[in-house]
Amino acid sequence: MNRRYLIGMSLMTAVLMLAGCGQKREAVIMAGSTAFQPFAEKLADQFMVQNPGINVTVQGGGSAVGIQSALSRTAQIGMADLLQLPEEAKNLTATEVARDGIAIVVNPGNKVEGLTVQQVREIFNGVINNWKQVGGDDRPITVVSREAGSGTRTSFEQIVGDISLAREALIQDSNGTIRETVANDANAIGYLSHGLINEKIKPVKLDGVECTTEEVVCGKYLLVRPVFLLTQGQPEGAVKQVIDYMLSAEGQETIKNSGLIPVK
Amino acid sequence: MKFLGEKGVRRVLAGIAFSAISALLLIALFIIKEGLPFIISYGPIKFLLSSDWQPQAGKFGIWPMIVASVWVTLGAMLVGAPLGVACAVFLTEFVPRRVMGVIKPTIELLAGIPSVVYGFMGVMVLAPLIRSQLGGPGLSVLAGAVILGVMILPTIISISIDSIQSVPNSYREGSLALGATHWQTTYMVTVPAAKSGIIAAIILGMGRAIGETMAVIMVAGNAVKIPISALDSVRTLTANIALEMGYATGQHRQALFATGVVLLVIIMILNSLAGMSIRKKAGKR
Amino acid sequence: MRMPPKYTQLAAQLVMGLATLATLAILVFIILFVLEKGLPVVGLKFLLSNPQDMGKAGGIFPVVVGTILLTLVAIAIATPLGVGTAIYLTEYTRESRITRVIRFGADCLAGIPSIIFGLFGFIFFVTILQMGWSILSGGLTLAFMILPTIIRTSEEAIKSVPDSFREVSFSLGATRWETVQKVVLPSALPGIVTGVMLGVGRSIGETAAVIFTAGSSLRMPTSLMDSARTMSVHFYILAREGISTENAYGTAAILVITILLINLTAYGLMNRFVAKNN
Repeated sequence: MNRRYLIGMSLMTAVLMLAGCGQKREAVIMAGSTAFQPFAEKLADQFMVQNPGINVTVQGGGSAVGIQSALSRTAQIGMADLLQLPEEAKNLTATEVARDGIAIVVNPGNKVEGLTVQQVREIFNGVINNWKQVGGDDRPITVVSREAGSGTRTSFEQIVGDISLAREALIQDSNGTIRETVANDANAIGYLSHGLINEKIKPVKLDGVECTTEEVVCGKYLLVRPVFLLTQGQPEGAVKQVIDYMLSAEGQETIKNSGLIPVK
Repeated sequence: MKFLGEKGVRRVLAGIAFSAISALLLIALFIIKEGLPFIISYGPIKFLLSSDWQPQAGKFGIWPMIVASVWVTLGAMLVGAPLGVACAVFLTEFVPRRVMGVIKPTIELLAGIPSVVYGFMGVMVLAPLIRSQLGGPGLSVLAGAVILGVMILPTIISISIDSIQSVPNSYREGSLALGATHWQTTYMVTVPAAKSGIIAAIILGMGRAIGETMAVIMVAGNAVKIPISALDSVRTLTANIALEMGYATGQHRQALFATGVVLLVIIMILNSLAGMSIRKKAGKR
Repeated sequence: MRMPPKYTQLAAQLVMGLATLATLAILVFIILFVLEKGLPVVGLKFLLSNPQDMGKAGGIFPVVVGTILLTLVAIAIATPLGVGTAIYLTEYTRESRITRVIRFGADCLAGIPSIIFGLFGFIFFVTILQMGWSILSGGLTLAFMILPTIIRTSEEAIKSVPDSFREVSFSLGATRWETVQKVVLPSALPGIVTGVMLGVGRSIGETAAVIFTAGSSLRMPTSLMDSARTMSVHFYILAREGISTENAYGTAAILVITILLINLTAYGLMNRFVAKNN
């Protein structure tokens, strides 16, 4: 019994010691916003093909984790998609690498095609609670929103203005789940990142403007928010290389093809 | 470990127990340290009994979440405990050992299925069913209670089976020899003898139900609202913490840790009640 | 009004039989549902190739490795700690207020949501101890998380060993540790294994705590200091973000099969051990 235990323990120690060495490649850790995480992973993969000497890892956790880990240097680059960065992030350097449109979406079975900003505000405040009030069928509206503090929700509420969310509103914790919920419930309305629209849901026009990359780029579409990369001080060395790559023509092309809006 | 000697073994074990317990203590203290100052500065009554939760506006009232956690957990126990214990008793006492030997590992296999899978099934199968048959948004107290109730079944069943099996056979033989039927023996001798284990199983199950996060977030809908019916969407305390923690900073973050403190207190109350009921019953006999 | 004992027995058996049947039906339905949706994508290629395009295509090999490593670390730390504590509490201390307080504390912590363990791990292991997002941070956090369960189940198992066993051993001149090692532990083994298996299940199934401590990197981990993604996290991300439902179910199916294999191995080992000791 104890001999086996000793062997086990020494194996563990050996593994731990092995873990210590063998890391010669320069490492850059990015962490934060779950909305930007998939895109960051894609960009990191492309970056590493060109720069085999640098190892980029991407972690999720949310925008707050992005800020926290940049502050504590757990990650060299924090990712945050908030319209306004909180007080704690004031000492970090923020670089905008992409913009993201927020689409208002309904179930494809819904015959409503467009809403005004005022109507959206009243639906999310619970003043309008039946689809017939905005030209749809006589059915109750199920409002689906994001959790408090979510970058998407904060941006949505700040741009639309004067929102105090209806108590009945369902809360979902990611863009993907908003999409699933709206796709499954014929009465639902929600909002999500423009890059994630698919055939299971239907985006509606906002004040007559469709949510497309073109409309966002030329500034006609109202609901747009930035994606920030946060670093301590000015980015240097490998960190700078990563951020520069994301801002390069190739990086921005990838961002555009993935459904986000390039900043350059 | 012979080289340690009897005293050495005792010391090593004491050391292990001490470090395990201090690790657990560390976590409890960590939660309290982060959350308690907020409760005191915000006002315990306002925090606990107000039903306005608007972090952006600096309003932190968690009454709806407390109510929701209690309802969902009670619902889950209503589903899970009777089914689980009945299943355990039946499998140990009325089914041949060989059949048991197949069924028990299967059930333990289910304890390993991630809660997110249960949650996802709730979203794909149960919620649409509730929406079309009973109305409401589907993502509701009912969906949460059923999914959690099913999820804790493996825990309750496998621990109960262990404790029922460990009742010495002489107890059963004694009772049968006195002319009791198989069921009378089970009901009056075996189950009471295994009671502490069965209750431990139920408490562990309940702990899992209260503490479960991901599955509840997926199926309960998370609306900050005091539920009026089982079809209303609710947000539990755990869901509140997990949903917003990724984005919360400053006071908002402290408020979420404070939610954790409240959760800890609720679990302590529930456990004391369970403990008391065991001791009371034991006293009666 | 009393029913004759025979009928009571029949009625009770019927009710319990139905409950058992219902329970088994639900549980079997879940397994079959997952397998039916998942097995079509599962194959050696899915199992042994790297994911592509965030998991939309390709396999899940790094994820499988990550899951196994993380669970091993968690169990390797939590089992000796948990079982040791349980032995100390049951065999080396008298039932007193202190043991009751400890038991109470363990019960309470068993109900703390895993996300809190995750945050604790994030602040303590990842940030303060500078371990970063790594298998080690994740494994330590999971070990803390499953510790209460292992302590409680082992304690129950050890307590249920009849005192007469110990008395016989003592009367033969055995010391306390010899008694524990040769008499108590072998008969308590099935219960302890159940506890450990529940712990394995919880670590494999955990998502929230793992994302915060082990991260969610899709690369193949090369050491314990690397970040890794477990199968549950992978399933969660694929299913919830709508990346690929097929691959999500495929991951879930592999998860079920993995747990099945682990359980079978544990049972096999246990049976051999029990047979050897008799």
